[in-house]
Amino acid sequence: MTSDTAVRVRGVEKSFGDLRVLRGVDFEVEAGSIFALLGSNGAGKTTLVRILATLTKADAGSASVHGFDVAAQAGDVRESISLTGQFAAVDEVLTGRENLVLVAKLRHLGDPGAVADDLLARFSLTEAGGRRAATYSGGMRRRLDIAMSLIGDPPVIFLDEPTTGLDPQARIDVWQTVKRLAEGGTTVLLTTQYLDEAEQLADRIAILHEGTIIQNGTLDELKRLLPAAKVEYVEKQPTLEEVFLALVGATGETAGAETDASGGAGPDAPGTAGTAASAQNRRELR
Amino acid sequence: MTAHVLGDTRVLTGRSLTHILRSPDTIITTAVTPIALMLLFVYVLGGAISTGSDESYINYMLPGILLITIASGVAYTSYRLFLDLQGGIFERFQSMPIARSSVLWAHVLTSLVANLVSVAIVVGVALLMGFRTGASVGAWLGVAGMLVLFTLALTWLAVVAGLSAKTVDGASAFSYPLIFLPFISSAFVPTETMPGPVAWFAENQPVTSIVDTMRALFAGEPVGGDIWVALAWLVGILVVAYVWSVAIYRRKFS
Repeated sequence: MTSDTAVRVRGVEKSFGDLRVLRGVDFEVEAGSIFALLGSNGAGKTTLVRILATLTKADAGSASVHGFDVAAQAGDVRESISLTGQFAAVDEVLTGRENLVLVAKLRHLGDPGAVADDLLARFSLTEAGGRRAATYSGGMRRRLDIAMSLIGDPPVIFLDEPTTGLDPQARIDVWQTVKRLAEGGTTVLLTTQYLDEAEQLADRIAILHEGTIIQNGTLDELKRLLPAAKVEYVEKQPTLEEVFLALVGATGETAGAETDASGGAGPDAPGTAGTAASAQNRRELR
Repeated sequence: MTAHVLGDTRVLTGRSLTHILRSPDTIITTAVTPIALMLLFVYVLGGAISTGSDESYINYMLPGILLITIASGVAYTSYRLFLDLQGGIFERFQSMPIARSSVLWAHVLTSLVANLVSVAIVVGVALLMGFRTGASVGAWLGVAGMLVLFTLALTWLAVVAGLSAKTVDGASAFSYPLIFLPFISSAFVPTETMPGPVAWFAENQPVTSIVDTMRALFAGEPVGGDIWVALAWLVGILVVAYVWSVAIYRRKFS
């Protein structure tokens, strides 16, 4: 294996009883890149990540992470990786800071408290750091989860559906984190069922379908698989996501819009208002 | 990696002890049922029970009550272990370079601490209710040692239950028969008063030898052969439950 291959998967197979989830998966991930494993629910993405993270053994084939075989050198693999699961694995009883300190201690780092405070600041969780994780919103939990994964600077990070269940703003936050990680030289293997997520983030995209990789390439390479682009003139409608983000905005000020709406409805005292149309007229007159 | 076993176990034990400190009700509820049983037996039923000795009834039944305390307390271990498995934090630990055995040992040591605190509360209430003992320091250590062994044996059973449970209810249901076992033993009434087959079961199940040993230690009497029967049971259950847990753990997670 070459020195700049961070993950290598060769002919990996895995069955659960009669269900053949993985039927010979092959791919490689270049060190320092973001690799997206795209597939629908039940395609076997999580199973593959669990094999790479030494949580499950493959039935056949081989896989290595950071140069270590996942079956024979599981301990070395665990030193080199970090896994963020589909369901944010934080300790709900502990505070955000305690969660980070716990992981820092388990990674045998020198000053767990300082590591925790640094990560809280990086993930905008400093204020929430003293609260129990059970009180966090979905986005905060996921940020904490990813922050826990970064402790000890593992060279390879697995993110299993990192944005499933997040609102659009939290999703963008996670994307920015992932991009910064890769800029810092970390190899990121992420699984997703969202096409736009793979498109936004990944250097290479592999499509896992019915237990095998049916395509693997850069976004441009994948796009070239289909007939050449046609030029069409289509009216550009904003997507609901764009509307939502514009309204919520970078400043997060929705107060103005709300005041406006209630100000319009205010004069509609019972008895004086006729129809909705007349209310509309009055609003326009003012 | 083995160099970290102790350190990792300490850190993870600290974590689950924090869980208990933040929900002290688990210790209180563990102590409440045995205390209620103690009140019931001493002030309601006890007057009609003839133990055939000069001991006060509370002295007679305290060892059994302590075993019931532990049997109900270990259910929380399987409960917490099951929640860890469900919540994904267990997988996070598994994917980290931590000594594998530390994860289970942390739960076991936490159980030990929590149950000894519950036992101390129950003993405190028993003292208020008139429990008296002239036991020497050595005898007290003997009683403590029996309780520690009993807790460890039952906690490893709880680990088996926690690892193999499919639902939260299933995780703690295993403890109900354990809580009931002292009632069919010499813990509350002498076994001679029971009908033949029941008496046979009572005399040959582990609780009776453990209770008789502790009762003798509290009374400052010689323990006789009971202690060896009791130790054989305790160590036997401990070894079987430990090997069983580790086997399930290996099958599921490696």
